[in-house]
Amino acid sequence: MNIIVLAKHAVDPESEIRVAPDGKSIEEKGLVYDINDWDRYAIEEAIRIKENHGGEVVVVGVGYSDDTLRKCLAMGADRAIKIPIDSKMDPYVTALAIKEAISSENFDLIIAGLMSQDYNYALIGSLLASMLDLPYATAVTSLKLEDGKIRVIRELEGGYGEENVLTLPALITVQSGINEPRYVSIMGIKRARKKELKEISVDVGEGWIEVDKIYTPPVRKAEIITGDPEKVAEKIIQILKDRGLI
Amino acid sequence: MMRVFAIAEIKENTLDESSFELLNLANCIKGDGTCEAVVIGKDVSEFAKELAKGADKVWKIEDDALENYNPELYTDVLLQLFSKEKPDIVLLPNTSRGLEMAPKLAVELNAPIVTDIVNLDVSNGVKATRYIFQGKLLVDVFVKKSETYVFTVRQGVFKEGMELSGEIINAGVKPKITPRREFVRIIEPEVGEVDITQADIIVSVGRGIEDESNIELAEELTKLLGGVVAGSRPVIDSGWLPKDRQVGISGKTVKPKLYLALGISGAFQHVMGMKDSELIIAVNKDPEAPIFGVAHYGVVGDLFDIVPVLIEKLKKIKG
Repeated sequence: MNIIVLAKHAVDPESEIRVAPDGKSIEEKGLVYDINDWDRYAIEEAIRIKENHGGEVVVVGVGYSDDTLRKCLAMGADRAIKIPIDSKMDPYVTALAIKEAISSENFDLIIAGLMSQDYNYALIGSLLASMLDLPYATAVTSLKLEDGKIRVIRELEGGYGEENVLTLPALITVQSGINEPRYVSIMGIKRARKKELKEISVDVGEGWIEVDKIYTPPVRKAEIITGDPEKVAEKIIQILKDRGLI
Repeated sequence: MMRVFAIAEIKENTLDESSFELLNLANCIKGDGTCEAVVIGKDVSEFAKELAKGADKVWKIEDDALENYNPELYTDVLLQLFSKEKPDIVLLPNTSRGLEMAPKLAVELNAPIVTDIVNLDVSNGVKATRYIFQGKLLVDVFVKKSETYVFTVRQGVFKEGMELSGEIINAGVKPKITPRREFVRIIEPEVGEVDITQADIIVSVGRGIEDESNIELAEELTKLLGGVVAGSRPVIDSGWLPKDRQVGISGKTVKPKLYLALGISGAFQHVMGMKDSELIIAVNKDPEAPIFGVAHYGVVGDLFDIVPVLIEKLKKIKG
């Protein structure tokens, strides 16, 4: 079972995010990067499949992604491919670049995270599947391998799910919570140093979209309660009393 | 003349609210063109009639093989229709299924795609607006000129409709491919001991609760207030609360008298499940957290400083 995992080195949305003076990009200062949260679950799922069924796990990153790729190698991926391009917030470019870069790979399954924690497009996986003409399923919350097939449950709205069976090779994107991602061990980090991290350059031309401007949402509705915890608690209790809630 | 196509979504044998929101957006931007709904299934006559009230045309695609959603079959029939009817803009809901089909359509049509849009301006080129960083910022993007554009539209944004009485047309297309993905069954939501949708008071915890052992703190507060504990996705993913306590698009939608959000950033997926609560009070360390955009009262601070004091004070009141 050979698996390709897509992993993004992405800005943590809880870090300090500011619009840069050009009004079209994000201020680098204050940004904290890590492996995209959904991709942690993707790499974990791939490693678990490998542990149970054998095979190889190859992790692919686009743009500056060394730290994230090393982390995946330390978790248990076998080798990594880095595609050094700036896709400028255009998922089409990213997906096309990945398609080109993995053209010589033999795989049974591609696993991606449902979306990225920075731009939240939720597109790369299904764009790539369509470009490669693979069967696919998104937002997978559990999976089981069967002979030449993969059985998945995918998440719908309102607590509903949907069970599907896909013929391999296929692509899935995973929802967070599908597993409990492992921590990186010291041994893992040591082993990762010897693993291959290969750069593959691709030329995919221009994308479809161009950022016009980035800005802060206009509405700030909440009345902010200020003061020390004593004062804040008193005020909250007053609000609840006024509403007859206590 | 612009033709805007809206792909309706059927869920649990009802027409999803998002379908009408797509029509609303389509009617807004069509100019002197047309808003055209497409509905797919085994027998969709009733749905087509409903859609016709908000569209200039409704395309009906019916076949036994289309009884259950399948992205391969559904996109196959849509592409057959599009090759004849040539839409300028194709809209899908930003739902689990809409998001699955839209990229496939874009690739096959060689069209640009932007997901989760909250505004679309076609007055001078095509410009779409969407949130990034889970609601912290907005971005306007120009989309390059193309014969067709594909968008998925955020739910709950386009509420204002237009009354029309469109013509229902049988699209006359049938699935032609053998899908490599097979539908097996729908899985019903889990039923737990507590139905959070019935609670008057909800204390809801998010990533800011930091550890499973801290859930106790929320439980203690909940007991004093007489409510139930719920949570956002990260808490459910970590297994600290059961799935039936999840508030949000993929969990439950709640409208309690009080929704106390502790350490919840307020990603859209969560907000959609609680925004209609009568009173929302949010405690979060991050002053930029989107939860403050929906809360009535906000406390910028550490829940571990505030909640224990609140508990002490409530204990005194209760004697």
